[in-house]
Amino acid sequence: MKPESRKKLIVSAIQNGTVIDHIPSHAVIQVMRILNLIQTDHQVLFGMNLDSKKYGNKGIIKIRDKFFDDVEINKIALVAPTATLIEIRDFEVISKKQAEIPDIVEGIVKCFNPKCITNYEQVRTRFRVIDKQNLRLLCHYCEKITKNENIEFI
Amino acid sequence: MNMKNKSLISINDFCKEEYLQILDLATYFEKNPNQKILEGFVVATLFFEPSTRTRLSFESAVNRLGGRVIGFSDAALSSTTKGESLADTIRTVSNYADLIVMRHPIEGSARWASQVASVPIINAGDGSNQHPTQCLLDLFTIRQTQGTLDNLDIAFVGDLKYGRTIHSNVIALSHFNTTFHLVSPEELKLPSAVKMHIKSNNLQYFQYTDLEEVIPKVDIIYMTRIQRERFADPIEYERVKNSYTLTKKMLEGSRENLKILHPLPRVNEISVDVDLDPRAYYFKQALNGVYIRQALIASILGLA
Repeated sequence: MKPESRKKLIVSAIQNGTVIDHIPSHAVIQVMRILNLIQTDHQVLFGMNLDSKKYGNKGIIKIRDKFFDDVEINKIALVAPTATLIEIRDFEVISKKQAEIPDIVEGIVKCFNPKCITNYEQVRTRFRVIDKQNLRLLCHYCEKITKNENIEFI
Repeated sequence: MNMKNKSLISINDFCKEEYLQILDLATYFEKNPNQKILEGFVVATLFFEPSTRTRLSFESAVNRLGGRVIGFSDAALSSTTKGESLADTIRTVSNYADLIVMRHPIEGSARWASQVASVPIINAGDGSNQHPTQCLLDLFTIRQTQGTLDNLDIAFVGDLKYGRTIHSNVIALSHFNTTFHLVSPEELKLPSAVKMHIKSNNLQYFQYTDLEEVIPKVDIIYMTRIQRERFADPIEYERVKNSYTLTKKMLEGSRENLKILHPLPRVNEISVDVDLDPRAYYFKQALNGVYIRQALIASILGLA
């Protein structure tokens, strides 16, 4: 095997499934949690602190025999805006998609307002994204804005 | 607009036409406040924190329409003290009433309650977030005193930073080509997000620290209470507190149609010598709360 191929295969290839590439290393576990990959029956391979020409350092997740729809994909855009989703069938790349920030964010971000009901009772958080560029989230419940710098994941 | 079986949670859920429909219906109840259209209906008033005007005006509204009221006026009297969640309390009370009116100190609690209740919810205040019935009764009062809501000069005075009533009123009045005159100490200016809302509607606002300067320029003065706990320096509070007390003498040179409003309770923002002046309108404003609440209850129960 050529050295370059060996490098590529640090996390082994899959025949069918999804590769999520260019995840910031620190966000790999968070992405797995958002996509429910912690408790899945599918085979999941992941790596962190891998070399990336584009970003210097990256994380990667490969999920065997599992494909995601756009709604699921977009959920990871908040934690991993640089992520690319690659659909693999029979070792071939079928499609590549970039995660896009969704209009509604549910159940993954904590409301920044300590007096919000979502921080008191078991309420699934829900926000409308009112500014995708600067990432500003309007809470469905308390109507306060959580800004990019205050975003904390559940 | 069909409000039947819909909850009323936030002023942001309404458009201009909807405000006006509710105001028109409230005008009808102002003329006919006592009628038995709510006979056989039960309304629950769940007040997890104390209130005088809001709770009593809701209860008066129901009683005048022939309905029955159940509920509590203090969280200490409810199962909350036993550790029951809000969701469970609401689900339970949904079994006993046709409509729930609730006040709760936690922000967003009313929206959450509306998702778990099997009957409509009216938000009577959720912490510092929303108090839509207060906002509607303020619009009703402004229209009642001026004959219109359009093209008015309105001064908001006091704590413009934390006052939920002021934020809601500014948002609602932005539909009516209002010019806003904002009087506050430097520390308590209107938040930039609310000012941006004014600008995005192509409306004008002017900021002042001196109350007397604004009096001759406006049709409505909306006074609010300045709370001591907002100030880090107690000396600063004392200075500010006295500069925002409206007296009868200060009203010389006002416009003839000027009316003074206040959501109440008042502490010392309006001197008692103003109370008998024809420009004082805050107690009438509190009465209007009954008509607005009658209009909302009747609409939500499908009786109007």
